[in-house]
Amino acid sequence: MSSTFETVAGIISETADIPRESITPESHAIDDLGIDSLAFLDIAFAIDKAFGIKLPLEQWTQEVNEGKTPAEEYFVIHNLVSRIDALVAAKNS
Amino acid sequence: MRLEYFEMIDRVAELDRAARRLAARSTVPDSSPVFEGHFPDHPLVPGVLLTETMAQASGYLILALTDYVAMPFLMAVDKARFRDFVAPGAALEIDARLEHEGSGYMATKASITSGGKRIADAELRFRTMPFPPGLSARMKGQARRIGLPVEDAA
Repeated sequence: MSSTFETVAGIISETADIPRESITPESHAIDDLGIDSLAFLDIAFAIDKAFGIKLPLEQWTQEVNEGKTPAEEYFVIHNLVSRIDALVAAKNS
Repeated sequence: MRLEYFEMIDRVAELDRAARRLAARSTVPDSSPVFEGHFPDHPLVPGVLLTETMAQASGYLILALTDYVAMPFLMAVDKARFRDFVAPGAALEIDARLEHEGSGYMATKASITSGGKRIADAELRFRTMPFPPGLSARMKGQARRIGLPVEDAA
């Protein structure tokens, strides 16, 4: 598994007090891990700091709420990891 | 400072947009019902109100930097430290710096000094949300009261 996944899983485990072993790439942050919106902001803050990026949470939330994008695209961990990698790559390009 | 009305900031001394920093001043009142219980015959400003003071300085900083487009609501307090007692009449200097502008949230570091001595510090985070009806005008009024620039304050 990627180092990004390991970092994100560690952040989620520590921030939301979720056992590390229960976090897999297929985990849905909301449906499987029970992370609420406030806890996700804490996680976003830790991710922003760890990777030097700005997760566009407001845009994602708006797209999900408007039915334009399924929540899985952002909140299943391996998809979240892919988007973080893309944001890091964009920052470094 | 009007403790019982949660008006913790008396005056904004400086707003540095480039440095994303706000400096403010407040004077603890000589008397307040708060001191009747905290503590009897030994009045001290409660740590939670020092935290609120740092949060309000941070909140006004966020309002000013974002041109009052959204309301910051306190969502997390990390590494809060209360390093000395604060008694009635104390003159406080409050400093707030924006550390990170996230999507839907902001992170600040804030501190309070009195007489050159560090009193308290904390790392704070705020969820930024659309203003509830009517609150925007009230917050701009409060901002004007403490000397914070409000662009559209006619």
